[in-house]
Amino acid sequence: MAETNRAVIKLREKFSASVLDVKEFRGEVTVTVKREDIVEICNFLKSSLAYNLCTDVTAVDYLGKQEPRFMVVYNLYSIPNKDRLRVKAGVPEAGCSIDTVSCVWSAANWLEREVYDLMGVVFNNHPDLRRILMTDDWVGHPLRKDYPLQGPGREPYKGRLS
Amino acid sequence: MASTEIMTVNMGPQHPSTHGVLRLVVELDGEIIQKITPHIGYLHRGVEKLSEHRTYHQTIPLTDRLDYLAPMHNNLGYVLAVEKLLGIEVPERAQTIRVILAELTRLKSHLVWVACHALDIGAMTVFIYAFREREMVMSLYEKISGARMTSSYFRVGGLSSDVYDGFEKDVREIVDTFPGHFDTYEGLLTKNTIWLNRTVGNGVISAEDAIDYGITGPALRGSGVDWDLRRDNPYSGYEKYQFKVPVGEKCDTFDRYKVRLVEMREAVNIIRQALDSLKPGPVLADAPQVTYPPKENVYNTIEGLIHHFKIASEGFPVPEGEVYQGVENPKGELGYYIVSDGGNKPYRMRIRPPSFVNLGAIEKMAKGSMIADLVAVIGTLDIVLGEIDR
Repeated sequence: MAETNRAVIKLREKFSASVLDVKEFRGEVTVTVKREDIVEICNFLKSSLAYNLCTDVTAVDYLGKQEPRFMVVYNLYSIPNKDRLRVKAGVPEAGCSIDTVSCVWSAANWLEREVYDLMGVVFNNHPDLRRILMTDDWVGHPLRKDYPLQGPGREPYKGRLS
Repeated sequence: MASTEIMTVNMGPQHPSTHGVLRLVVELDGEIIQKITPHIGYLHRGVEKLSEHRTYHQTIPLTDRLDYLAPMHNNLGYVLAVEKLLGIEVPERAQTIRVILAELTRLKSHLVWVACHALDIGAMTVFIYAFREREMVMSLYEKISGARMTSSYFRVGGLSSDVYDGFEKDVREIVDTFPGHFDTYEGLLTKNTIWLNRTVGNGVISAEDAIDYGITGPALRGSGVDWDLRRDNPYSGYEKYQFKVPVGEKCDTFDRYKVRLVEMREAVNIIRQALDSLKPGPVLADAPQVTYPPKENVYNTIEGLIHHFKIASEGFPVPEGEVYQGVENPKGELGYYIVSDGGNKPYRMRIRPPSFVNLGAIEKMAKGSMIADLVAVIGTLDIVLGEIDR
């Protein structure tokens, strides 16, 4: 079914070199693309395929599990077609950055700031890339897998949670 | 010509209309808003991080603390996402009860919204009335789950237990009396000149801008976008119920007020239909690897006891994969994006918070209006800071 998905067919046609992987799980289609082309692909998805609602931008840290380390995830929705699509782009630890899509959807502005704050992925050309949940002088990115649950500089609690 | 000077004013975190820890740094030209820089507070419960260190069942009590006005909706989105990952089917009775409770929760949440919104603008009576009605839903929560606010009543695979005897009678009493109460609120507000002056034409955001900013829920429908997840991406059997999705025209605070009031009436409609279709049956899925065994087995058989202990302490493995599940929260689309690596804990759980995204558009909505109207704009977004800061 993933291969017959309208968006997947169009993306393969237009960006054959950038589509790295297409997967379907529990009826949800995920397309992995090259990070260099993310803005172009998002622009195309919005203008030609009516994915007008950027539901969510987030990231997953695959420390020691797979390369590249980070996966930036875009959950998109098309209000006219009532259709969901997930786009992912891998970001390596060295040169941990990807272009911003806040020029495509304004919703991405705050969502990308949150990813930057908690995961440490830098969004190039972002209009206002500041920390949003943590204080400005906070050190580290709490949602990274190598960031301890108890916070930095504390002896880990040896009980149930650690 | 006289030169003008921009004045910077801190609004919040102690301002009564900023609902908790929100601080808005407002730059003013006279009383006209030039720029707003929101600082969204430092509650930091760290729900996403904590859930990576807890089993799937242990995460449920974290989710209902996100939006303490709509705990059952938060539970619902989470358990639906985990059920989707597992690929299990929930029995019909459990689904119907989930819908009844979700809609009661919508009423509960919207009641607090109408109360606080009216109070922010200066109407005290509605506040007292709405909290009185909310008490009925709260005591129903208490009878069902033992808790008035953070119920944690839903389980992966169904419900923690069946509802008590007399549940239907109590719910019927609520749905029979509530429409009259809504009439009272409308009588107090809808044609009230002060209310109209404060809300009509205030906080306007066009349909196109609202979608662009990712606004969802009543705030989006107030801008005239006919979109509701319950109808367009149905879950828990919502496709079986007939209900209207109200939309606004003028995209202002008054339209969002009207949309939410109609939504409350429609919620009562849905609860009535669900009550009529409620049949006896099991409330837990037939998935013994995931659900707790019945209490009589736990007490009377050693296998049941061991199984209960294993699920409570070790949890259950979940197939590798990733899912996203959105539910129509009173505030908008609440989504759970869960990545599983095959273990008994979520590898990554991301919560898509509606209030966070809605608040992102506050500058767009309030720029150019008077500072006094900013209070009405914050109220109309119906934000909960616990969800924004997770």
